[in-house]
Amino acid sequence: MKEGNRVLPWYTLLVFIFLLGPLVIISITSFEPGTVLKFPPEGFSLKWYKNIFEVSAFMETFKTSIVISLLGNLLSLLLGVPAAYALSRYRFRGRDTLNAVFLSPVLIPGIVLGFTLLRYLIVVYNLPIVAGLLIGHTVIMLPFIIRVIASSLENFDFAVEEAAQSLGASRIYTFFKVVLPNIRSGILAAILIAFLESFNNVDISVFMTGPGVSTLPIQMLTYVQNYFDPTIAAISVILMVLTAALMFIIERLMGFAYFTKR
Amino acid sequence: MNKKVMLLLLPGLLFLAVFMLIPITLTIGSTFVQDGKLTLEGYLHFFRDGYFNRILLTTLRVSVVTTLVCMVLGYPAAYYISRASARKKSLLLALSIFPLLTSPVVRSFSWMIILGKKGLINSFLVNTGLIAKPLDILYTPTAMMIGLVHLFLPLIIITLLGVMENLDHELVRAARSLGASPFAAFRKITFPLTVPGLIIGGILVFVGSLTAYTTPALLGGKERVVSTFLYQNAMTLNDWQAASVIAVIMIVITFVVVGLMNAWANRLNPKG
Repeated sequence: MKEGNRVLPWYTLLVFIFLLGPLVIISITSFEPGTVLKFPPEGFSLKWYKNIFEVSAFMETFKTSIVISLLGNLLSLLLGVPAAYALSRYRFRGRDTLNAVFLSPVLIPGIVLGFTLLRYLIVVYNLPIVAGLLIGHTVIMLPFIIRVIASSLENFDFAVEEAAQSLGASRIYTFFKVVLPNIRSGILAAILIAFLESFNNVDISVFMTGPGVSTLPIQMLTYVQNYFDPTIAAISVILMVLTAALMFIIERLMGFAYFTKR
Repeated sequence: MNKKVMLLLLPGLLFLAVFMLIPITLTIGSTFVQDGKLTLEGYLHFFRDGYFNRILLTTLRVSVVTTLVCMVLGYPAAYYISRASARKKSLLLALSIFPLLTSPVVRSFSWMIILGKKGLINSFLVNTGLIAKPLDILYTPTAMMIGLVHLFLPLIIITLLGVMENLDHELVRAARSLGASPFAAFRKITFPLTVPGLIIGGILVFVGSLTAYTTPALLGGKERVVSTFLYQNAMTLNDWQAASVIAVIMIVITFVVVGLMNAWANRLNPKG
């Protein structure tokens, strides 16, 4: 494609400008000294960054988001690691179906899942709203945990495990001493990906907020609908820095191959 | 399946059964019952209502356009990335993954700054004298589409990239050595082999747009789509019967779309 070779790089450049331009613009506007978001900003000020720490709702919801993501992560690891191990290690009837069942939460629209969880967990089962929030986040983290860990187990040679067992090591012992250390980076990557998935979640959380309970994205959503000052731009910048840092670690742990795999 | 495997799978399965399958089944069941009687009234009421049909139509239109635009923007970009040098490839891949991992609230908000009455586009157009009065872009279906394209473009790019990486370049080389022009080789080999990937990427974008909440909530204003309508019925109007019906309609549309398009992609897949 002679023609394409000349056009294609420019086309791709435009696509990436469209993709990243808005994120650059939001970053620049976060330094606006005035009270209304403007581009270009009329000066340089860090006062909206300071404002994040002064509006207590942002700090509280940030803490809630972190705690829910971490606890949900722990819970989905406890449920997901054994499942991922069983699905990768053993061949049995119904394996494909069970695999599909474990990945099914991504098929259900998030907003539908959020609503049904509110309707049954909170109203019918009478759980406290924080428990609902935690359970909902665990449900959506589970498929990510299972998928990433299963894909790192694919690269693990189970013959090593059998060798250890034939030398007299118990099943549990081999799992913790042989299997787990070999897929350690996969597990860490799974934790980080699931963390971001949960931390950024709106669809479930929007139903699981109540007096005194909210997550950062929901707080941001409410704030944007009422005010249009640069505070959210400043938070956005902080979140993007956090995302970039986690992405860097994910790349170090297992590369980006996981993302292009379907 | 032996006991050992069962024990490993059981905790996760029980969790999903109790906290996902049962609530969803109960929700679906609840939409067919009214005043203790089995009825389709919940659904009929909806489809007889012009307001809901309009919302459904807006949602479908926005999702179709979003999907097509994502395909048109994403395919050539993914093709370029797949053929780029290793260094450029990993940089561009990283630049595609970054927005994907960034909060949808942040990404939709950035479009509020750009599309608003006093936003970037309007102030540019007004200051240069191209238009006298700012355009109404924000809080329209167009704004939703722009936001959704921005949201899902990385997804289709990396999906296509996965397919293009698996493409056997020997085939292209063989065609070229037999005298095919680069464009003919692309049209006869690369494109047909990557179409199933384009459809799979399309499914992800379409279903994602159909069910997205954050972007329409921020960029759509009073303009509703099914997901914001579900939220409104559940949380503002407290009409849970209506919200459940919308939820079921969303599930059905999602499964039908995924099923049909998957079948289509499989049929087109030359590896069968």
